[in-house]
Amino acid sequence: MAPKVQVQTTINNEPVQFLCEPRQSLLECLRDVVGLTGTKEGCGDGNCGSCTIKLGDRIVTSCLVLGVEAEGETITTIEGLAHGNTLHPLQKAFLEHAALQCGICTPGFLIAADALLQKHPHPTEDQTRFWLSNNLCRCTGYDKIIRAVQAAAVEIHGAPQ
Amino acid sequence: MSVTPYNVLGTRPIRHDGADKVTGRALYGADLQLARMVHGAILRSPHAHARILRLDTSKAAALPGVFAVVTAADFPPAAADKIVDFGEGDMLLSSLRGNILASGKVLYSGHAVAAVAAVNAHVAAEAVALIEVDYEPLPCVLTAPAAMAPGAPLLHEGLANGNVAEYIRHEIGDLTAGFAAATVIVEREFDTATVHQGYIEPQNATAFWSSDGRVHIWCSTQGSFVARDATAAVLDLPVSQVKVTPMEIGGGFGGKINVYLEPVAALLSKKSGRPVKIVMSRRDVFTGTGPTPGSRVRVKIGVDTAGKITAAQAWLAYEAGAYPGAMVGPGAMTVFACYDIENVLIEGFDVVVNKPSTAAYRAPGAPNAALATETILDEIAEKLGIDPLELRLRNAAKEGTRRADGPRYKRIGCVEVIEAMHASAHYNAPLPGPHCGRGVAIGYWFNIGLPSSATLSVNADGTVNLIEGSTDIGGSRTSLSMQAAEVLGIRAEDVHPTIVDTDSVGYTGVTGGSRTTFATGLAVYEAAQDVVTQMKARAATLWTAEEVDFSGGIFSSGPNTLTFAQLAAQLGATGGPVVGSAAVNPRGAGGSVAGLIIDLKVDPETGKTDVLRVTSVQDAGKAIHPAYVEGQMQGGTAQGIGWALNEEYFMDASGDMRNSSYLDYRMPTALDLPMIDTIIVEVPNPGHPFGVRGVGEANIIPPLPAVANALYRAIGRRLNSVPMNPATILNL
Repeated sequence: MAPKVQVQTTINNEPVQFLCEPRQSLLECLRDVVGLTGTKEGCGDGNCGSCTIKLGDRIVTSCLVLGVEAEGETITTIEGLAHGNTLHPLQKAFLEHAALQCGICTPGFLIAADALLQKHPHPTEDQTRFWLSNNLCRCTGYDKIIRAVQAAAVEIHGAPQ
Repeated sequence: MSVTPYNVLGTRPIRHDGADKVTGRALYGADLQLARMVHGAILRSPHAHARILRLDTSKAAALPGVFAVVTAADFPPAAADKIVDFGEGDMLLSSLRGNILASGKVLYSGHAVAAVAAVNAHVAAEAVALIEVDYEPLPCVLTAPAAMAPGAPLLHEGLANGNVAEYIRHEIGDLTAGFAAATVIVEREFDTATVHQGYIEPQNATAFWSSDGRVHIWCSTQGSFVARDATAAVLDLPVSQVKVTPMEIGGGFGGKINVYLEPVAALLSKKSGRPVKIVMSRRDVFTGTGPTPGSRVRVKIGVDTAGKITAAQAWLAYEAGAYPGAMVGPGAMTVFACYDIENVLIEGFDVVVNKPSTAAYRAPGAPNAALATETILDEIAEKLGIDPLELRLRNAAKEGTRRADGPRYKRIGCVEVIEAMHASAHYNAPLPGPHCGRGVAIGYWFNIGLPSSATLSVNADGTVNLIEGSTDIGGSRTSLSMQAAEVLGIRAEDVHPTIVDTDSVGYTGVTGGSRTTFATGLAVYEAAQDVVTQMKARAATLWTAEEVDFSGGIFSSGPNTLTFAQLAAQLGATGGPVVGSAAVNPRGAGGSVAGLIIDLKVDPETGKTDVLRVTSVQDAGKAIHPAYVEGQMQGGTAQGIGWALNEEYFMDASGDMRNSSYLDYRMPTALDLPMIDTIIVEVPNPGHPFGVRGVGEANIIPPLPAVANALYRAIGRRLNSVPMNPATILNL
């Protein structure tokens, strides 16, 4: 077993150091080393999107990133989306629009949708569907997820001009 | 707007577990961390059918960091065989054990052979690779028709007939006379591929075998009591020696009723003295858990000039996978269940093949059968020049209709669902252009009862705590709390639901069979009535009154009135806490009919199908939480569309699944679907105080035939195999 490596990161606005084996994925480090289990593993090969996190200024499937690659990076996980006890508008919209059933894909969708709304303040339905097409949901048929994201866009950015 | 007699039912409160699930706090099985916990991994067979000649685990056991290795030899000596009932499906104990860890022979590629517990999952995987197995490969058989053919390789000794484990026959009337009375007769044969439920959360289980002999299991299951009973049976323990704590569950759809990992984790814990967690990989899920059967179905229907079905015949052969239990029973019971037909013959065959042992999947068995019936009716409607919904309406089952397998229907909503489809904006809208087609279909699912238990304790602030045992896959905490709130005259938010372990609540059946809102709902309703009865007595004490009324959340007697909250505040002074409880085993489950209207467009160059517009219609009996009812309809529709157009186990000739990842087993993404419109029909179920039927399953039945019918309109050719992917559409 290769010696463990110390990794310095900023996770959800807090400095975090962790020790990991070089073979450990960032997903494994977040869940099993740092203890942030809100990020989920659905497939382990980047195809379901459940482990989507924000790494720097892009979203990644954290199962395809090594823990050691997070050195010096800034990370946002589902645990960092709300401000204290105040839910993010996307989180509120997912609840009000019943956009989750089992909830296992929800953290990945919320992180991906947050990035979408930062890039496209008023995404069309097609833009929303395209952006979220790396996130699989098996419960909802996506209808209520799309509606929730569009409602959150209006909540955050106002009605489109 | 109709006036509703309800305050809470029919509203859309936010789910009680919502904040936890949008912030990442909700704990699913894989999230569990226990002190001294070690990690398991499973060795799986690379062969679809082989004899195990030698199994040597010594090198794995010797690897540093390995705590325990188990094989089927670690099971306690086999007790007398018996049926292990899962509520939705069952299995012989010997089959269940054989599926959990193979003994003697492996019966499918992916069959579990041995398991290791190690300091972490990486070391466990390394150890698994050190296990030596010598196999003698045997010829494999992968489809029902091949397995039924003379000379087919046999999986088991002593089945009813070769690889046929069970033959089912339902017959009423005079089939020959019925077909003689028909003016149009159509007979067709259909093949469907094996598909998977596709829940995003892989199976997982953590077990700790304590030195006091009790086994504690934390897992992702649709039924904690079923997981407890099955694990106890496999380990030959009394059920009370096993305690199951259900973690949050990341989807199930029928696939998380059976047990795969729980007994293995327990055996590894017994050997290592530590808690052992096992989490499946996605390939493990595809190849090592139960998908739904592939099938061959042949149906023949005759209709007279008036559009009345005079006779119907079905022959259904379903692939059980490695062990008997293909859900052909429900397929046979539902194949003509939407219609009132006097002359019927249905034959079903439960056929073992060298594929993973199948499990329930949302209305298990019904979509395969409905594909045949509903496309043939579409063809007959066209031949007779009758609107396809009108043909269905003329034959629709109603109260008193007798099904070929025996039962007569109580009140069902078949006519109402068809009428709602016919009147919908979608059905009356023009198609958008060339290469487009519209299809319709309907389907029936029974829904089930089974036992459920619930306890309600009243808090001094006028709220109640609800203790129940139904794992919550889609918002059932809330649909149950709403039923308690309705009875007690309080808000849904004033009920605090908790799903507890098997030591802490009365027996409760699986979250499956569309039963939770119906059956556990009935338990909650009865528990709430118990609370009302006890609180009336308290009010009578306070007022020294003979009789107390309770209505709209107000206790009253003469001039005296107290709200529920006001009386709750006085319980301490009137005798102490009030706790209501109930245990039910309801017989009044009401079947649900669902329908689908779908518009498709086919690219004639590539054969790619775009889904343009979808409307799902379903009889909910009473929609307790309409948003969650819509969610069930939309989810089932999406799964059915994926099944119809794309999904399949792509097996090579050696029985290896070649597409065991989400990249290659292509489930619908957000980009593959439009919005899914819903129309909720409410024909109350007389077997439930609020009329609830349960809506989890029937919605997956219509998509297969509705897609096939729409494709016929789009491409002018009827397809007889599923998936109807570009290769099939282009006839490649």
